[in-house]
Amino acid sequence: MYELTNLTKTYETKRGTISALNNVTLSIPTGQMVAIQGPTGGGKSTLLQMLGALERPTSGTVALGDDVLSAMPDARLAEIRARTIGFIFQGFNLIPTLTAQENVESALAPLGIARTERIRRATEALTKVGLGERLNHHPMELSGGQQQRVAIARALVKEPSVLLADEPTGNLDEQTRDEIMALLEGLWRDEGLTLIIVTHDSAVAKRAERRILLKRGVVTEKK
Amino acid sequence: MFGTYLYRELSNRRKQTAIVASGMALAIALVMIVNGVAAGVRDAQSAVLASIYGVGTDITVTTEPAIPPEGEQEQRQQPRFEFGADDGTTQDGTTALSQSRLVSAVGSTTFDSTALNTAAGIANVAAATATLTLNNVSFSGEIPNGGTSSAPDSEPGSAPEGGRTGPDGAGGSAFSVDTFTVTGIDVGGESVGPLTSVELVDGRSFDDGDVDANVVILDVDFATTSALNTGDTLEIGGEEFEVIGTVTSVSADATTASNTYVPLNTAQRVSGIEGQISTIYVQAVSSTEIATVQSSLQAALPDSTVKTQEDLASSVSGSLSTASDLVGKLGTWLSIIVLAAAFLISVLFTTSGVARRTREFGTLKAIGWSNGAVVRQVASESLVQGAIGGLVGVALGLVGIAAINLAAPVLSANPAVAAGVGAGGGPGGGRFGEAATTTVAATDVALQIPFTFGIIGIAVALAILGGLIAGAFGGWRAARLRPAEALRSVA
Repeated sequence: MYELTNLTKTYETKRGTISALNNVTLSIPTGQMVAIQGPTGGGKSTLLQMLGALERPTSGTVALGDDVLSAMPDARLAEIRARTIGFIFQGFNLIPTLTAQENVESALAPLGIARTERIRRATEALTKVGLGERLNHHPMELSGGQQQRVAIARALVKEPSVLLADEPTGNLDEQTRDEIMALLEGLWRDEGLTLIIVTHDSAVAKRAERRILLKRGVVTEKK
Repeated sequence: MFGTYLYRELSNRRKQTAIVASGMALAIALVMIVNGVAAGVRDAQSAVLASIYGVGTDITVTTEPAIPPEGEQEQRQQPRFEFGADDGTTQDGTTALSQSRLVSAVGSTTFDSTALNTAAGIANVAAATATLTLNNVSFSGEIPNGGTSSAPDSEPGSAPEGGRTGPDGAGGSAFSVDTFTVTGIDVGGESVGPLTSVELVDGRSFDDGDVDANVVILDVDFATTSALNTGDTLEIGGEEFEVIGTVTSVSADATTASNTYVPLNTAQRVSGIEGQISTIYVQAVSSTEIATVQSSLQAALPDSTVKTQEDLASSVSGSLSTASDLVGKLGTWLSIIVLAAAFLISVLFTTSGVARRTREFGTLKAIGWSNGAVVRQVASESLVQGAIGGLVGVALGLVGIAAINLAAPVLSANPAVAAGVGAGGGPGGGRFGEAATTTVAATDVALQIPFTFGIIGIAVALAILGGLIAGAFGGWRAARLRPAEALRSVA
């Protein structure tokens, strides 16, 4: 369960101070599927980075279960990201020189898992997302939808409790978007994940149990 | 994962790997060749110097020639031959005269032999020995009967009365002057000094019973041109010497220091330079003590010139010296510049690679890779690129060294011999004045670069250093990447 209390994040720029999040207090129960919507520059990605232990707040706290992320050292945050949180990015963010299987394996490397076990789990994860036949393909040899499936497999292979997706269908056509969303929904249900999706797309947001609107750094619940 | 990722990165970024490795290879090869040539030149200098000063000599002690007192200049610089009215043998109206003198070599200065005891008593001196360098000048000739001078009323060199033809075929006289170098050797002190750089070809070396004996060891070339063998006799300073052996230089590139070697006591007695020596050869207990011993010697023998091998090497002129200068200055600087350029290229490519891969490293950090794992990845890529460059560089360097050794460029060396130190001039047979030039021996040395694992070690160490420097810069940059900023910057 996520607990965000009075969370504020500001950035200093040449044009002055930008307030990305403004005193956000939010609770997300374990296993919930949440969509975060809002205009560009509203603070959606910043909020996702706080949830993903990638960024520290200027003030306030972020807690994931018993772990207060905002107060942890970098090394411990890296450990939590390695074990507990899975990420999916709009641009897929696959490593171009590695094959699909190796990309998925890269998420297991920080856990110190033996190579044979890594290969087994990566193969299983790719098969689960429908890419069992594309294990040795490089990202450039895959379509956008397939690349996002590899990214999903990479996020899920370590069996995280939280899956954070930043515009996961932003670079995909409608049909592929629906396929990816169907896949994510299926995994959410089957794995019992907490799934938090940042999206501009209302069609994607409507699939979520809960919708949060983030405007100028302020959270508003959407019915 | 680490190995797979490393292999994939290097093989998929072949162009960058090739450029970095090529730069490193070029630098490494150049460093190897310059180092090798420097070692070859040093060896050549050592060979030339060892032929004169002997193997193992660290320091020489001599005295600078001083301007002789008024009236003694003529006497000291030129041997004087005096014949009595009854000297020589007369046959067919011609008198044959012959005389040899053993004199101090031109340009050399002698000093008291007690200095040897002083030198030997200095701390950290392992061995010390003394030599006396001399020239044997032989005068021989034939003059028409009637004396050693022309008639008072005749022109010098004109034919005597009666129209007789003299030895020169025109009624005059014929003379020849032969010169060869003689080095007086401390019979018991062979662990250092000129005889350490020669090996026996025939006969025997000196033993303790030869201290005052009229025995001589010949340079093999001198023996050949003089048609002398072991057991023959040779006149030195007007006395008969038994040839007990012949020697040759241990170096194929250099001649021996002297035409002939005689016991020191004998040399002093026959030349009339009793109790005098011209050079002391000193060996320090270790190379680290040479400077200390040099200082102590200079303090104990303030009127002497104390030189180390390094000082002596600087006295070698000719193309060997030019090569040494070229390697020492241009070669070293060129190596440093190319090496610095290779390091810089490696650093720039690595840091720009990190900048280009910001999203990649940001993603890895986002999925849980630690800073250390990312830094290790970046540093390892640089290290492997450096190592590849090092291997190619070693191969290139070895090819370059082999090519130079095959070409074996010949360098000439003209050691400016310290006063009092003999050098093997050409075998005897010169004329008056030639003795002055025999103190400088011109030697051709074929440059050979020694193959040592040390050179390869230096090359590999430099390649690793280059990789580490580039890796450190790249790793530092990668470590500073915060995952959120990295992902935001490419969003």
